[in-house]
Amino acid sequence: MKTPASHFLAGLRDTLPMMVGAAPFGLIFGALAVSAGVSAAATIGMSALVFAGSSQFVAVSLLAAGAAWPVICLTTLVVNLRHALYSATLQPYAKDWPLAWRWVLSFWLTDETFAVVEHRFRYHGLEGARWYQLGSSLSMYGNWLLWTVFGVVLGSNLPGLSDWGLDFAMLATFAAIVAPQLRQRPVLAAAMTAGATALLLQGMPYKLDLMAAAFTGICAGLLLERLQNTQTAGEAA
Amino acid sequence: MKYWLVIFGMAAATFPIRASFLVFGNRLDFPPLVRRALHYVPAAVLSALIVPMALMPKGSLALAPDNPYLVGTLVAGVVAFATRKTLLAIVASFVVYGMMRLI
Repeated sequence: MKTPASHFLAGLRDTLPMMVGAAPFGLIFGALAVSAGVSAAATIGMSALVFAGSSQFVAVSLLAAGAAWPVICLTTLVVNLRHALYSATLQPYAKDWPLAWRWVLSFWLTDETFAVVEHRFRYHGLEGARWYQLGSSLSMYGNWLLWTVFGVVLGSNLPGLSDWGLDFAMLATFAAIVAPQLRQRPVLAAAMTAGATALLLQGMPYKLDLMAAAFTGICAGLLLERLQNTQTAGEAA
Repeated sequence: MKYWLVIFGMAAATFPIRASFLVFGNRLDFPPLVRRALHYVPAAVLSALIVPMALMPKGSLALAPDNPYLVGTLVAGVVAFATRKTLLAIVASFVVYGMMRLI
């Protein structure tokens, strides 16, 4: 029989590739924040309390540029709006979980944990689901904190780290997550449309280009799905 | 201290979004269109992040095969597509990216 501990460990194991992918970001984030003049405690505090990588990077660049705090908070809101969609996607799976579990797991809902648990719930069912998600969440969280601390140490000792091109790690991770889903034609359409739109609209204020690209991509996916369904229905008739 | 003001503000802008549907969504029911739309969210958002970074790493279009970001991303994508092994894809793309950066 499977125990909560074994589900927790399965969540941790399936999240390992994401941890490897996130590690360089935690490292770079910690190093960049310190070299931008943020104190070590505040850098680690941001990773501990916000726990949202891309918005943390944006916040550090805005802080370095001298932006006011309401601007930084609003930008964070926009950059992290996608989490509402993750929250909504997981809601049907989690609707019978105790309230405390839903609060706690919400705090740790990142891109990576979403990708891992959504895949597991969709294809392998809900047995031990919240323990599985807790395993994924805590391993991402511990990993992010650990690498942030390493980054802070590194940034305090080695200047000029940002030139190493470690930003490639984010690209590699995202590409490896998306690629297997592209076997489905409507998903391929969504990805290509979103990518092209993002390229065309690049540089819009507040990362609105990201929102617009995601929206057009989703519409393209829905459109192709509808066309395929019409076609199948036509063949069946 | 201004950094802590920023941090608490960022947390206040992030946690409620994550909790939105998971905590308060039990009374909500999605129309089928929204449910289907959610299926495309990860691919659309991630592609919107990937494409500009891979094609314009320095701010201008770089489509040549000497762009390590583009080649590395393609390696990650092809390996992941063929094998479904995320970690293998990341390692392979790092090797290619690293070699291109060193040469």
